[in-house]
Amino acid sequence: MARVIEYAEAVKLALQHEMRRDDRVYCIGEDIVLGVPFGCTKGLIDEFGPARVLNAPISEAAIVGSAMGAAMTGLVPVVDMHFADFVTCAMDEVANQIAKSRYMFGGQIDCPLTLRMPYGIGRSGGGHHSNSVEAWFVNIPGLKVCIPSTPADVFGLLKTAIRDPDPVLVFEHRGLYRVTGEVPDDDAVVPLGRAEVKRPGRDVTVIATARMVHESLTAAERLASEGIDVEVLDPRSLVPLDRDALAASVARTHRVVIAEEGPMRGSTGAWLAWVVMEDSFDELDAPIARVAAPNVPIPFSPPLEAFVTPDADDVVAAARQVMKGA
Amino acid sequence: MNEPTGELLLEMYVRMLRVRLFEERARELFANARIPGFLHTSVGQEAVAVGVATALRRDDYILSTHRGHGHLVAKGGALRGLMAELYGKANGICHGKGGTMHIADVSVGYLGANGVLASGCVLAPGVGLSIRHRKSDQVVVTLFGDGAANRGPFHEGVNMAALWKLPVIFVCENNRWASTTAHALSTAGASARPAGGSIAARAAGYGIPGESVDGNDVLAVWRAVSRARARAAQGPSLIEAHTIRWVGHFEGDGQAYRGKDEVAEGRRTDPIARQAALLAERGLLDAAGADDMRRRMSAEIDDAVSHAEASPLPEPHEALTDLFAEWSWRE
Repeated sequence: MARVIEYAEAVKLALQHEMRRDDRVYCIGEDIVLGVPFGCTKGLIDEFGPARVLNAPISEAAIVGSAMGAAMTGLVPVVDMHFADFVTCAMDEVANQIAKSRYMFGGQIDCPLTLRMPYGIGRSGGGHHSNSVEAWFVNIPGLKVCIPSTPADVFGLLKTAIRDPDPVLVFEHRGLYRVTGEVPDDDAVVPLGRAEVKRPGRDVTVIATARMVHESLTAAERLASEGIDVEVLDPRSLVPLDRDALAASVARTHRVVIAEEGPMRGSTGAWLAWVVMEDSFDELDAPIARVAAPNVPIPFSPPLEAFVTPDADDVVAAARQVMKGA
Repeated sequence: MNEPTGELLLEMYVRMLRVRLFEERARELFANARIPGFLHTSVGQEAVAVGVATALRRDDYILSTHRGHGHLVAKGGALRGLMAELYGKANGICHGKGGTMHIADVSVGYLGANGVLASGCVLAPGVGLSIRHRKSDQVVVTLFGDGAANRGPFHEGVNMAALWKLPVIFVCENNRWASTTAHALSTAGASARPAGGSIAARAAGYGIPGESVDGNDVLAVWRAVSRARARAAQGPSLIEAHTIRWVGHFEGDGQAYRGKDEVAEGRRTDPIARQAALLAERGLLDAAGADDMRRRMSAEIDDAVSHAEASPLPEPHEALTDLFAEWSWRE
């Protein structure tokens, strides 16, 4: 049954569906009974009880580590990281334990766990509540990473992540939780490794993730009035990456902008630029342009925060740059 | 709790001997460059591994450490797969991808050695949750050293397990050395034996039973773990087993940081000799029997070594397998 709902509601609905479907699925995290601060897990306890909605102590290492212990012995945990920034307190568990367990043990165990990573800039969250940390995990072999931009995508990808036999990180931009959109129907899963064209266009491909998909759609409307027809391509999952979709889009437009919210250096955008170069160098009519944050921590004061936040203006400027001489 | 039968006392001896001979052979193979990597052996600490393993059922779980071969051998892991893994061979239990510090043998509930200290302390509560969810009466033991007890995951794991009353047994193998730093120089708290803060005493802060035992006495360890196992449905326990590492932190460690007295003390309190004496006293083992047993154990280890030597190395491209259950995408 198709419906128009908020992103946060789509998260909750996906959790409900998967918890009903499989009684091995449970949620664990800080303040998840009340669903503070984003409301995604609020009310789940009423249906599933405290044994499956585990309000954990502030112990990120134990939350994430215990999820692995449970996953390797038969359960299917869904961890709410509260703020993705706090994953630093469980970095051994994610990077050394979860990512490597199947591999180091020669395939003896499954590690079917999902890490929900509420992340992103906005509302003066400051240096410890605003970071885009997805690049760290793209760089760790053994993890799958997705970054849904719409209610339908988070609904479908979260369901896929929970059903996947391997660890999957789902990056949920906290600025998107109140965004509404249509969620097609109850069984609408989105496979990992499948990009989606969010707006077709002929002149420039903007490869954008999460909030930057929406900024890029805004930019595309403005550029349309200048006669520049923008295609917005959302990879949706970074690991695995739909390289074929990227190549197909570049073959149509021959010009590429890559837009992300995290810092410029050593980022997912930098990696995507290399992918485009490797797969589509001969198709490119202009150097790739990138939109990303400057290499500073996220500041608190509103004008400072606004300054480092990539937005539609930046995408417009980058698209004009790659269109020079066209 | 029943006292162990004669059969079990003998079994403890057999398993300790198997661990000792396995580790001594591993040291020798390492010295002869047959085994790559960094090797940490548990010579002298066998009573902890075997006291734990014999108090457990085969389907109970163990989360182990970087010094973990003994735990796996004691739990009943097959020597061939283990030795082949130490060699980095294709038919090692982890296909050569884990090696000495990252071995698992799920078939005997051995959920992994670990190259990062105290990491098992936070994995354990999750295993406990799984046991509870399945309405099973299994338990999970997580072993860690005195040095590891100073990492944050110790606190987070014990607190979570105590809070949720999970069937976890935390066993600290206190061998007096955090790598090359003395226990007394790394651990605060009320002085225990030897000098240095008591790990067992921390249990009081979590409201769980804490027990300090002679870790060179396999029966003392077995009794403590049996008690903890019997009450596991009510929640976790913390056991600190005091033992002595006869060898360096790693093979090749010159041990300039400690005198010879400590190893001499270890040899005086050798858990295997003590168990042999106990068995002799009860008429369960004589010198000829002990010799025979040692010969049989050596033959088992010879077999594992021959198997490992004869086994093929992995094809280099196998480095790209075992990452995910399925992986059909291009990188």
